[in-house]
Amino acid sequence: MTAMTIQRGTRRVVGGFGRAVASAARFAAPANEEELLSLLGQARAEGLPVALRGAGRSYGDAAMNAAGLILDLSAMNAVLDWNPETGVMVLEGAATIESIWRRALPDGWWPTVVPGTMFPTVAGCVAMNVHGKNHYRVGAFGDQVLELDLLTVEGEKITCGPEVNADVFEAVIGGLGVLGVVTRVTLQLKHVGSGDLEVEALSVPDLDALFNEYERRREEADYLVGWIDCFARGANLGRGVIHRANYVPLERHPAGADSLDPSHQTLPDRFFGVIPRGLMWRLLKPWVNDLGMRLVNASKYWASRLFDRAGTTFKQSHVGFAFLLDYVPRWRDTYGLGGFIQVQPFIPAQTARVAFRELIETCHEHGVIPYLGVFKRHRPDQFVLSHAIDGYSLALDIRVPADGRERVWKLGEALGDVVVRHGGRIYFAKDALANAGQIEACYGPDRIERFLAMKERLDPNGLLSSELSRRVLPQLPVVGTSTP
Amino acid sequence: MGAERVIVVGASSGIGAAIAQQLLGEGAKVALLGRRESLLQEVANGAPSGADSAIIRAHDVTDFDSVSPLFDELVGLLGGLDKLIYVSGSMPTIEEHEYSPEKDRQMMEVNVLGAMAWMNPAAAHMEAARAGTIIGVSSIAGERGRRGNPAYCTSKAAMTTYLESLRNRLHRYGVRVVTAKPGFVRTAMTEGMGDLLWIIDAKEAARQILKLGASGRSISRFVPGRWWMVALVIRSIPSWIFRKLNL
Ligand SMILES: Cc1cc2nc3c(=O)[nH]c(=O)nc-3n(C[C@H](O)[C@H](O)[C@H](O)COP(=O)(O)OP(=O)(O)OC[C@H]3O[C@@H](n4cnc5c(N)ncnc54)[C@H](O)[C@@H]3O)c2cc1C
Ligand SMILES: NC(=O)c1ccc[n+]([C@@H]2O[C@H](COP(=O)([O-])OP(=O)(O)OC[C@H]3O[C@@H](n4cnc5c(N)ncnc54)[C@H](OP(=O)(O)O)[C@@H]3O)[C@@H](O)[C@H]2O)c1
Repeated sequence: MTAMTIQRGTRRVVGGFGRAVASAARFAAPANEEELLSLLGQARAEGLPVALRGAGRSYGDAAMNAAGLILDLSAMNAVLDWNPETGVMVLEGAATIESIWRRALPDGWWPTVVPGTMFPTVAGCVAMNVHGKNHYRVGAFGDQVLELDLLTVEGEKITCGPEVNADVFEAVIGGLGVLGVVTRVTLQLKHVGSGDLEVEALSVPDLDALFNEYERRREEADYLVGWIDCFARGANLGRGVIHRANYVPLERHPAGADSLDPSHQTLPDRFFGVIPRGLMWRLLKPWVNDLGMRLVNASKYWASRLFDRAGTTFKQSHVGFAFLLDYVPRWRDTYGLGGFIQVQPFIPAQTARVAFRELIETCHEHGVIPYLGVFKRHRPDQFVLSHAIDGYSLALDIRVPADGRERVWKLGEALGDVVVRHGGRIYFAKDALANAGQIEACYGPDRIERFLAMKERLDPNGLLSSELSRRVLPQLPVVGTSTP
Repeated sequence: MGAERVIVVGASSGIGAAIAQQLLGEGAKVALLGRRESLLQEVANGAPSGADSAIIRAHDVTDFDSVSPLFDELVGLLGGLDKLIYVSGSMPTIEEHEYSPEKDRQMMEVNVLGAMAWMNPAAAHMEAARAGTIIGVSSIAGERGRRGNPAYCTSKAAMTTYLESLRNRLHRYGVRVVTAKPGFVRTAMTEGMGDLLWIIDAKEAARQILKLGASGRSISRFVPGRWWMVALVIRSIPSWIFRKLNL
């Protein structure tokens, strides 16, 4: 086998999912562990900072590395083992969420925690400790990991889990990919019965109603998510729609086991029977501006207000409910050249009502209205840099006009300040703007100290870093720079 | 907005020197590159103002491996990059009965491969930034394969095509690529060639090229513009006639 070498001149432009941030980096995609180790060795010899990249679904700069080396791990993506009796699956780091459900659903299992898209890799989900619409119930991604292998930059393999090497485990989950390479992950999946969910949609006229109705349903819901029309202000601020979903046992499903077939999960190739999926983004694009989105948001709210009734439900496939956006290929391109950012402030339960009002008002004051607002409930866990707290989050999609970048960046800073003031957390998978001071205030010196100590142990020379890690945790050592 | 940040490759004489001087005079931060360092220093000193905002680096574009790190260093020193202007060019005389792979190779290396070595990192940087302008100084000589200097014509045709591809590649990312194709310009390159059609001095060529670069458009133009008529005629002469002419 010829050894893979890092090309000197070749650069690749690599961006966050929102396309608002991008940079040119050197790039290599190892096919196996041997190549991976060889590349890490070459980078170390050259003093070149290395960032790991999975599917690149983080919105900001988590998997970016200006002037450094990006190791794209997406080729190391095999499903290694599946046990339909216990629901335990063993995967290589870059296996995707999609590969999990395609393998497990025919046997009646579904990944316990999924983000809103099926393309991320399990290692990417580990590095960010991602959460789903059932976070308040089952915890975040780290809670379904039974065990994982971490390959350190020195080539040592550490197997860790909640019981074995728990200190490593707790730092690697949510560890931003800077402690080592996650090469193998063992997951506990969830038995779901049939291939469909029973979904209830319910409109809420304002923020208080949103909180109240959400809390009223939380105990009995398997999944619960709120959507907010961020254009509405005053008495209407926080109006939106809540979606509750519950598993449907196989015995109660008219299609029975057929509903578990992947063909039942995927959405049709054409919208309304005529528009090919691939073209949909072009039709949406003219609407993605302040006026268009004001109309779209209002229509969505009023349609729900008129037609949805509490207590009535409809069936939706797991994929349809969890990954709806995946069915509009290139939807992010509707945001145009400047792209968009997403921010997702996490706020403690006690002050969330006040804080969410402030967040939305702050957007209006800056003249930048998010085109999408998503509301979820969370619960805390033991991971060192976890964003999970006992509280709520509000994910906001914010367009970055090609000529209005500064305005959006100012807003980002202001939103970060609101989070800090309320003792909340900024979520790294969605972040492109937070500064180190805000992060220190959110996560506290103790957690950061613990993380630094683990970095000192596993990668003392700082071979692994990313634009995100250098921005939010400048205390971390970085290879090739003298002062950490 | 802060001062414009520009790299000029081939700034030690002729058109490149005039471009660098005009930019420095306009208050831009300019990195001047070429092999003859003393000349680069003279160019910077001769600018009406702002030699302070000049960065001087001795650089041979055929030292391809050095381009990538030098690019990063300059972008760091300039604090970003708004324009890359590639002017370096080589046109050794080819005598009537001379056939020289060495000279041909030199032209291809300076005029084509050097341009690619510089434009690749610049393109990547600008695509990521969703902004920026790349200006390449090609030549009307690339419009047709003339008998006098096959490799020079080839190198400029290659550069013109390369720039066109780059323009098409980068347009959707908000990056502009300008191809400037001068006719005759009074520089070391044309010295001793006698009276040449529509010849302009280097300062005027620089002014017109920078105007194209500042137009905000992604275009290919002759310098001065009226050369398009000549190009049209030259391109439409049938091959069996063209070979008999002394063009
Ligand atoms: C449409 C959409 C919806 C989303 N919905 C949600 C949601 O509901 N909830 C949520 O929590 N997130 C959500 N996300 C965010 C997404 O789940 C996370 O950003 C996730 O980390 C992406 O995984 P990835 O494989 O694309 O990783 P990348 O974005 O490529 O990288 C993420 C991090 O993982 C690290 N990494 C990658 N591979 C490895 C490895 N092998 N070993 C160690 N570290 C590694 C990288 O260095 C980086 O720090 C959503 C994203 C999109 C685009
Ligand atoms: N003059 C014309 O009539 C005319 C017409 C059409 C197009 N052009 C083009 O315009 C450009 C500028 O030419 P000019 O007329 O101004 O001629 P010039 O005065 O001879 O300038 C040539 C420039 O190229 C640089 N160069 C040559 N070889 C190089 C190398 N190996 N590495 C780095 N730089 C190198 C020279 O710098 P160093 O020697 O210091 O390295 C000098 O700055 C050329 O591309 C030419 O083809 C000229």
